[in-house]
Amino acid sequence: MQASPPRLLAQALACRRGERVLFAGLGLELGPGEALHVRGANGIGKSSLLRLLAGLARPEAGQVIRQGAIGLVDERPALDPHLPLGRALGFWAALDGGKSIAAAARLGLGELLDVPVRYLSSGQRKRAALARLITQPAMIWLLDEPLNGLDAAAADLAARLAAERCATGGICVIASHQPFALAGMATLDLAGFAP
Amino acid sequence: MIRIFALILKRDLAVLLLGRGQGSALLPILFFLAVAMLFPFAVGPEPRVLARAGGGVIWIAALLAAVLPLDRLIEPDLTLGAFDQWRLRGIAEEGIVALRMLAHWLAFAPPLMLAALPASALLGLPDHALARIELSLLAGTPGLAALGVTIAAVTAGLRGGAALAGLLTIPLAVPLLIFGAGSLAAGGDSGLALAAAASLMLIALGPFAGGAAIRAARG
Repeated sequence: MQASPPRLLAQALACRRGERVLFAGLGLELGPGEALHVRGANGIGKSSLLRLLAGLARPEAGQVIRQGAIGLVDERPALDPHLPLGRALGFWAALDGGKSIAAAARLGLGELLDVPVRYLSSGQRKRAALARLITQPAMIWLLDEPLNGLDAAAADLAARLAAERCATGGICVIASHQPFALAGMATLDLAGFAP
Repeated sequence: MIRIFALILKRDLAVLLLGRGQGSALLPILFFLAVAMLFPFAVGPEPRVLARAGGGVIWIAALLAAVLPLDRLIEPDLTLGAFDQWRLRGIAEEGIVALRMLAHWLAFAPPLMLAALPASALLGLPDHALARIELSLLAGTPGLAALGVTIAAVTAGLRGGAALAGLLTIPLAVPLLIFGAGSLAAGGDSGLALAAAASLMLIALGPFAGGAAIRAARG
């Protein structure tokens, strides 16, 4: 896992959705311990940028170089809605070779392990997605609106988790229109790259 | 990698057999039996007619039953974002689709072959015809499963994808139907072999077509 330090590099990135170019000429470089807050109004391309960085979408132009495993949290928690939370998290934990119980307890979900995912509130689902993320041995975290639905305590916790990831040599990219409390975080305003 | 594939197969099987709380693997089987039961009502209880047409009816019922679960095969995981999470873990879409084909076959074909026993009794088929039908289903259902998962991947994320999936599957399954039902006639060994060959071809192409479709659906 620690073989080579994580690195995330984007050069002259452009993104198009349908007929519309969302942003162009975007470059960024992140190394171990660095964090970036991607800001901008709704629909400006924050999520699209994260999907480009994750390699889940192909850029219109430019390239992304990533070193290290990627962990992504977006609005879809990828947890089977009909399964109890414990088993839904357990599936990913087993794939990743981690411990889902400890992660769920860390996110304050210990009481909810027997509750089917479909009965969870959106904040609880977001916390479950974060629990999935921390069991994953990923050095690069891409968080798409991680604070949506979270209460103040959980938002603090999310910021602490991101700080821990950076402190242990990881990279965090946070796309959010809300302020995110993470010390030493750089900011990228997507409005500057709109055509 | 084998451990990961075993985990995913186990989850797929649980989802397909027990359902997501929206109908289980039992529904297509009941549908299959219902079609087999309706046929004698429609054409009359004449034993010679039933014995002649019964094998074909079982095959058509199997084909229609195979269309029912199509919208549960790929679409839910695409909506959930599970395919994205697998991709981030370096698990290729082709692998997932191949596993899904295996899981779908395991959840669909053995119950169907069991249900063929009461179905052939409903149609009054003789024992040797029943053995033939089971063999032809064994040869043809892997192809039906592969085709179903492939079409489900192609139509996942489209509006009205479920109806479109059925419409696409039925004509593409015609070779399987011809060879599978054809193997029931006298000297139908070549039909059996061709049904198995069509299955093998669909199994070989399915993961690549399905994987490419899922990547395209992701946009």
